[in-house]
Amino acid sequence: MKVIKLNKKNFQKLVEVCSKNWEVWGPVKEGNKHVFKKIVDSIEFDFSYTRTIIPPKMFFVPPRFNMFRFDRRGYHEELSVTPRIIFGVHPCDIHGILILDKLFSLNYRDPYYMERRENTLIIGHSCIPDDKCFCLSTKTHIVEEGFDLFLTDLGDYYLVWIGSSKGDDLVKVRADIFDEKISMEDIEKYIKWRDWHSKQFSLFIDFTALPDIMELKYNDPIWDKIAESCLSCGSCSMVCPTCNCYNVHDYPDFAKGEGVRVRFWDSCMFKEYSLVAGGHNFRGKRADRLKLWYTHKLQAYIGQYGKPSCVGCGRCIETCPVEINVKTVANSLRGEEVECFWKRI
Amino acid sequence: MKMKEERINPFKPEMMRIVRRYPLTEDVMFFQIRPVDTQRALSLNYLPGQFMMISVNGVGEAPFSISSTPSRPGLLEFCIRKVGSVTSALFGMKENSIIGVRGPYGNGFPVERMKGYDIIIVVGGLGAAPLRSLLLYILDNRDQFGKLYFLYGAKKPKEMLFRKEFLDLKERDDLTCLLTVDEDDTGKWPCYTGLVTTLFDYVGDVDSENTYAVVCGPPVMYKFVIEKLVKLNIPKHQILMTLERRMKCGIGKCGHCAIEYIYTCIDGPVFSYWDVLHMKELI
Repeated sequence: MKVIKLNKKNFQKLVEVCSKNWEVWGPVKEGNKHVFKKIVDSIEFDFSYTRTIIPPKMFFVPPRFNMFRFDRRGYHEELSVTPRIIFGVHPCDIHGILILDKLFSLNYRDPYYMERRENTLIIGHSCIPDDKCFCLSTKTHIVEEGFDLFLTDLGDYYLVWIGSSKGDDLVKVRADIFDEKISMEDIEKYIKWRDWHSKQFSLFIDFTALPDIMELKYNDPIWDKIAESCLSCGSCSMVCPTCNCYNVHDYPDFAKGEGVRVRFWDSCMFKEYSLVAGGHNFRGKRADRLKLWYTHKLQAYIGQYGKPSCVGCGRCIETCPVEINVKTVANSLRGEEVECFWKRI
Repeated sequence: MKMKEERINPFKPEMMRIVRRYPLTEDVMFFQIRPVDTQRALSLNYLPGQFMMISVNGVGEAPFSISSTPSRPGLLEFCIRKVGSVTSALFGMKENSIIGVRGPYGNGFPVERMKGYDIIIVVGGLGAAPLRSLLLYILDNRDQFGKLYFLYGAKKPKEMLFRKEFLDLKERDDLTCLLTVDEDDTGKWPCYTGLVTTLFDYVGDVDSENTYAVVCGPPVMYKFVIEKLVKLNIPKHQILMTLERRMKCGIGKCGHCAIEYIYTCIDGPVFSYWDVLHMKELI
């Protein structure tokens, strides 16, 4: 992986080059939150953001899209992908994409995901954690793959990591705006930044032995306690960078004798999630659905890949209206005193 | 651009024609279908216990066990109970209608591993849909398996799927076909009356280490049937069952059938009793 420098004065030139070939997207402030938006002018970027409401999974698995158009002759694939370049993606979110990559390419290749993934460039950006970030605990505060370029903000310039051949091609187009000489000073500055960055965390969650604890506490009354407060709203799934469940519906147009098959985000928190025809619901109880969400991410995935499928982005902490999140659930399972809404009920 | 067209979309149903359909019971319809493309019809291969996703335009897609055997190629057969929107729509489709089908999916029964073993098939109600596939497969490859027992319990005679086909099997001497109904409301039922578990009285001595038992039926049935099989000392990993889950993709993407670290659609739907004991939520 090659590292070069980009003076912030030249950043706009990089964006200009990008907008010739791709739709440019990035973090933008909306009210007091941030979202990924299409960028027209590079002043719209707000790289000081901590987290967006919806993670970048929206680029690869849009919340709602057509899979097929069907008529009497059959099913016709609907898959037109706009080449995009996403600026300002944080390490935790890139780790989230890496987890989705595995899921959507394993066994069967999901063309809807993979086509979008292959036609999207990711320009990572360093971040400053807040009190809800715990990516140090999930070891996703640094990212080494999954991006095309990664920019580390070192004051008036960026250190730019080239992470793919596409990223390399992009740099090549405007080699003149980059500085290929990295001095000892730059290296020291970067090491100092890393040290400083890892000291900014105030939230730590110990995932060691959590699968064991979850296994042993599968029938613990704590799950019923949590379930009493859960609203089954599914917000946790919508904002989670690694939640990927979806539902499918057909929308017919009877007049024309055709229709569309639509795929849209689903959540295992919804009551109908495990309901089968005939009325049997495999997870009719809210506690069972909560257990699925948490054991899937913090037990089963660790057992399979050696790390949780949680990337420490803090979105569940920020979003859940009743404070059911990885922090409160994992800590209470570990037997720690937790002060939160569902505990007080 | 050409590459793009040749790329496989595993979600795309292929068009198949309903060649025959008739009711098996009041609410179960038998469907014979075949790919519109004849070459494809003959090359389509699958394992007993696998399932397919059937689409009805505008209504949706749902998973169904295959009831036919790959040893009789060309046609795919399904027993479909009218329980939801897709099945209701299928009931409304006439012969020669076109439906979308994709698959086969799932692990299926380990027929290669089961060869040489005695086989006990235990069916309750609609469980005949997937297990008929295995039964016919064994009958078509009869010399490759040991003794064969087929135990089937239905509520009433008219609710037994393939009643005629299974009654005919009683005349064969290369298998023990035991049929029972919970209640005989016709007074003419020629076989046993009572729950499917009572049929074990007629099974006799079992060479347990050399036996595979295969179970499929309504959820309430498993506990009692498994009790019987365990009492016969059949090893837990040789007691197989096929499970149902909500599925939207069949290929491990949509998440609905996830149980712990597995997907029912890819790692199942056939599981052993050993798996069930060591995995929560399986049954």
